[in-house]
Amino acid sequence: MNLKRIRTIIDKEWAEVFQNRMVLFTMIFMPLIFTILPLVMLYFTGQEMGDVGGVNTADVPLEFLSACSEDMTGSECMQIYLVNQFLLLFMLIPVIIPVTIAAYSIVGEKTTHSLEPLLATPISTFELLVGKSLAASLPAIFVGWISFGLFLAALPLIGITKAVISYIAGPTWLLAIIIAGPLMAIASVNLAIFVSSRVNDPRTAEQISTLFVVPIFGLLFAQLAGVIVINVMVMLSFIGGMALVDIGMVYLGTSIFQRENILTRWK
Amino acid sequence: MIETKALTKIFEIKKADDIPAVVDLDLSIAQGEVFGFLGPNGAGKTTTVRMLTSLIGPTSGQAWVNGFEVGKENQEIRSSVGVLTEHPGLYERLSAIKNLSIFADLYELEKPEKQVEKYLQMLGLWSRRDDPAGSFSKGMRQKLAIARALLHEPQVLFLDEPTSGLDPEAARLVRSFIEELGDQGRTIFMCTHNLNEADRLCERIGIFNSHLIAIDTPANLRQEIYGRKVVFHLRFVDPTWINLLKDIEGVLDVQRVDQKLVLAMDDPERLNPQIIRTLVERGADLQFVGELRHSLEDIYLQTIEEDEGEAQ
Repeated sequence: MNLKRIRTIIDKEWAEVFQNRMVLFTMIFMPLIFTILPLVMLYFTGQEMGDVGGVNTADVPLEFLSACSEDMTGSECMQIYLVNQFLLLFMLIPVIIPVTIAAYSIVGEKTTHSLEPLLATPISTFELLVGKSLAASLPAIFVGWISFGLFLAALPLIGITKAVISYIAGPTWLLAIIIAGPLMAIASVNLAIFVSSRVNDPRTAEQISTLFVVPIFGLLFAQLAGVIVINVMVMLSFIGGMALVDIGMVYLGTSIFQRENILTRWK
Repeated sequence: MIETKALTKIFEIKKADDIPAVVDLDLSIAQGEVFGFLGPNGAGKTTTVRMLTSLIGPTSGQAWVNGFEVGKENQEIRSSVGVLTEHPGLYERLSAIKNLSIFADLYELEKPEKQVEKYLQMLGLWSRRDDPAGSFSKGMRQKLAIARALLHEPQVLFLDEPTSGLDPEAARLVRSFIEELGDQGRTIFMCTHNLNEADRLCERIGIFNSHLIAIDTPANLRQEIYGRKVVFHLRFVDPTWINLLKDIEGVLDVQRVDQKLVLAMDDPERLNPQIIRTLVERGADLQFVGELRHSLEDIYLQTIEEDEGEAQ
């Protein structure tokens, strides 16, 4: 594996992608919304709960009470319950953002005929795919982390208590943001690249690749329905599962990517 | 430098007959040779180039490029050859200099900036180096793609339709650049539809339509297909001279066309003085003499026609 070639591919992808204003807009606008939305929600629910003289822990769904510590008030526990739904939004950021870039990465080069000269260089399939995969996932992962950082920094400013902030900056959220999100990003990007190398239309690649939001919505609905409570154990299991999916996706992508088919069977 | 033995590529198509794109291709191209690969659309020229540049694998047969075997030493082949693909395939949003820098890095050149500057200067693109490739004319894009193929100084170059779609001036520039590359001793394998270009640039040509129909120098192919013919332009033609000339040993045929006599013969250099003497002695007013040259287009069309006739 030649790191210089991987770096060159990343550099090339970024140089191309960041010239596209739509991509930049997607990269900034969506995380901004996903950061502001929970803040607004938390602010207003905090105000409302204050107005009615606080909330009893009896108002919090039973399944979720285990996530609240004993010294938390009812309204803090309710805020944690609410904000936990937004955790999944932060996990969506690194999944959705890179899909456009990744879906375009192979099929886009096919349509502009730039793939053949690229494949005619000494770059190996693995180097090419790793380069493209990192180029798509890294910005999204960083954007996800920055969004979470901004969210965390804004919490005291809107009057969120220390207990709630400590929970958000605790292991469940950190595991989700720092590990699960990037793993999701890698899986979705690899799926996008894999699909992109099999279809002839960037839009098809993009649509199929967004399928990776399904498990996140699965978690969201499961939590809303009270089937699961996202805690450290759930998150660790999720991370383990995603790690396996990632390994499988990288292996599948590299073994299925056939230079020959891509060059000769795409019309 | 380039050698193939029974190189074959058959595309398997689901629910349809297989397509034999290249069948039993035997080629041997020496170092420094400029070789023209001619054939109609869909003949398998691009497939041949893709096999020789190890972009796709052969179905059977063997090939060596630069001493490396196709299918076994693919990365070595890709490192040592330059390819100008049918479409320039540039990154249109990126500048000319960025387009080349990416490839300079992929080839891991020691002094990438110098090589990039050298070829941008050489091809007259230096002043436009910071402009996006998408803003370039077709000719400029083709030149940029040629520069990209040359960055790593490959000794073997594959050029697929290098002047296709270019205006005459741009095509002339590209052709003269190819001539220069040939003079530098590089081996050039050139697919082209432009027969005048092949005639002018290539030492040998191969006429190909899924299989190799003919291969030789343009001059030898002319002789092989049409023989050598000399035209004698006269003020008037006396019909008795025709039989007289037919009797000369080595003259294969004599035909009268208006006030001209067209003689087919094996060795014009030896026979022409004798024929001129004979005509002048008989009172002929000889105006001028010239060899009848069939264009490469005639040869190409004749060869393809004969091949298709045989196939039917």
